[in-house]
Amino acid sequence: MSDQTKKLVEVRGAYKSFGGVHAVEDVSLNLYPGEVVSILGHNGAGKSTLIKCLSGAHPIDAGEIFINGELVDIRSPRDARAAGLECIYQTLALADNLDAPANLYLGRELTTRWGTVDDEAMEVQARKVLHRLNPNFTNINDTVSSMSGGQRQSVAIARAILFNARILIMDEPTAALGPQETRMVSELITRLKNDGIGIFLISHDLNDVFELSDRLMVMKNGKQVGTYRTSDVTQDEVLGMIISGAKPADAAQTH
Amino acid sequence: MSNSSGSGKAAGLVRASGIDPRMLAMIGALVAIWLVLNVLTGGIFLSPRNLYNLAVQSSVVGIMATGMVFIIVARHIDLSVGSVVGATGMLIAWLQVQIFPIDAAWGWQLSIVIGLLAGAAIGVWQGYWVAYQGIPAFIVTLGGLLLFRGVAFMITDGRTVAPMNESYQLLGGGIHGSLGETWSWIVGLIAVAAVTLMTVRSRRRKLAHKFPVKPLWMEFLLFALWVALIVSFVLVMNSYYKPRTEIPRGIPVPVLLLILVVIVMTGIARFTKFGRYVFAIGGNLEAAKLSGIDVARVTQGIFVVMGVLAALAAMITTARLNAGTNSMGTLAELNVIAAAVIGGTSLAGGVGSVPGAILGAVIMQSLDNGMVLLGVDSAMRQVIMGLVLIAAVWLDVLYNRSRSA
Repeated sequence: MSDQTKKLVEVRGAYKSFGGVHAVEDVSLNLYPGEVVSILGHNGAGKSTLIKCLSGAHPIDAGEIFINGELVDIRSPRDARAAGLECIYQTLALADNLDAPANLYLGRELTTRWGTVDDEAMEVQARKVLHRLNPNFTNINDTVSSMSGGQRQSVAIARAILFNARILIMDEPTAALGPQETRMVSELITRLKNDGIGIFLISHDLNDVFELSDRLMVMKNGKQVGTYRTSDVTQDEVLGMIISGAKPADAAQTH
Repeated sequence: MSNSSGSGKAAGLVRASGIDPRMLAMIGALVAIWLVLNVLTGGIFLSPRNLYNLAVQSSVVGIMATGMVFIIVARHIDLSVGSVVGATGMLIAWLQVQIFPIDAAWGWQLSIVIGLLAGAAIGVWQGYWVAYQGIPAFIVTLGGLLLFRGVAFMITDGRTVAPMNESYQLLGGGIHGSLGETWSWIVGLIAVAAVTLMTVRSRRRKLAHKFPVKPLWMEFLLFALWVALIVSFVLVMNSYYKPRTEIPRGIPVPVLLLILVVIVMTGIARFTKFGRYVFAIGGNLEAAKLSGIDVARVTQGIFVVMGVLAALAAMITTARLNAGTNSMGTLAELNVIAAAVIGGTSLAGGVGSVPGAILGAVIMQSLDNGMVLLGVDSAMRQVIMGLVLIAAVWLDVLYNRSRSA
């Protein structure tokens, strides 16, 4: 990516600790429009904490986050959303007892002029966006609990893109899915990318990472091992970074 | 016609109606209970006089059960509602009889307003400890069960206060506390008009957006059932006369209050953000927090609603007794919780409906009322009601297990 391209997200020297344990230590990372950046590392390497810092669930202790070049102070999920940043959690964070439209708009319901929730308008929009993601999606008025894994994932993704988010964080989006549904999510990520949306992808599946991401960052013990263009490194080198923190000899870091 | 295709047809019918199968099972249970009790009591149970009393008795429990639905849906519990009835009821009675001037025209209205505010204040207090201090609702309201029963005693040092203002007594559904023939029919007609409007409007809107709709014949069948229910209710209430006259009593005032509460609470559950958040919190607390919902505030709000409804129930109780006694509402929490659970509110949270709770309240009161008619003594009635409560929760557990399996 050239420096002329405007950065969607810029994280500078982020720190986060929990009672003396440094979960995230001096991490810096950029994200450009239409780019997928994977964040890799062992369990406990700090990647989940890092994305929670971005999504507002755990505000950073020190460091700066810029979105579209502007310094933002993300203290809550609400702040993150206001800045155009949406997170799709591994658990999906859906209210299982509600239907798809209610979940899509949870916390941001459309209202009528009397201040009541406008279920009709929400259903119309929900049908549109869900149909775009997944043409086989017809049972949107069922409770989410009765939907398949792929449909639930579609609902979570639809919720994220419904409000024109420019930045998505996807935490293990394919971990609970079958092969066909995994392919659907991959296609979707490609489509979102083409729309100019920037995506942070957290995944354990190196095949996914190499297929989908433009760059990758490896973390270990809360620190960043390195950030590379995906095409400059091999899967073995990435595994080496994850396990031992060894940097590849002949690849240049990028930011 | 073989048996299996018969049951397949029934299942198809249930699906076409769009009604929760559990709700249908409850309606079936109620009809069965009514028929059995009617036979056992030699036709007394389904007489207009008894149905009138049953309706009044169900109102007090039903009003509180609508609030208990919200509480249980959000995965809390309120054990204090009976004591809150005692405390707010004593406050209303004491203000009206001993504090305000006897001949003041405003006395009884003001006592109601203060009573409802006191109910809200109790909700603010209990909701604060649950929502902002993280004490389990079970403990806070168990404390409230003792605390507010004590308050009920302290207001007049345990003395019963009576009599209440005559206009106020109408709220209790006593001899004059009903709408009379003409107004009962007017209320019935308004109800029929409302059902018509809602059916037509909802279908038209769904068709306009090409959303799926029920088959037309099913729409007509449901509509006809609603109209039949409304008309027969008004007819029955009008066939019970005032003592030694042929003047029909009509719909009792407490039932009218219950209907209003059901409309308001259903509206809150279905059409407000608050109602949606109550269900979201019960369905997935973490998701609700991540969606930016102010969970603590909503939780406190639920307890405030419950407190106001308990005060409303206290108003009807004192008006009906024509007195305030410190034991009012004792053990009401059991009937109220049972009504909500029998009506399909799941203790696992996230699931429940206001109309279901009313059905549950009617089932509980029918059993109680029927046993009184049969001369079952109060100790035995308690044993049976306790068993019914356990059975209702057991069915809920079985139902959830069968669905998750």
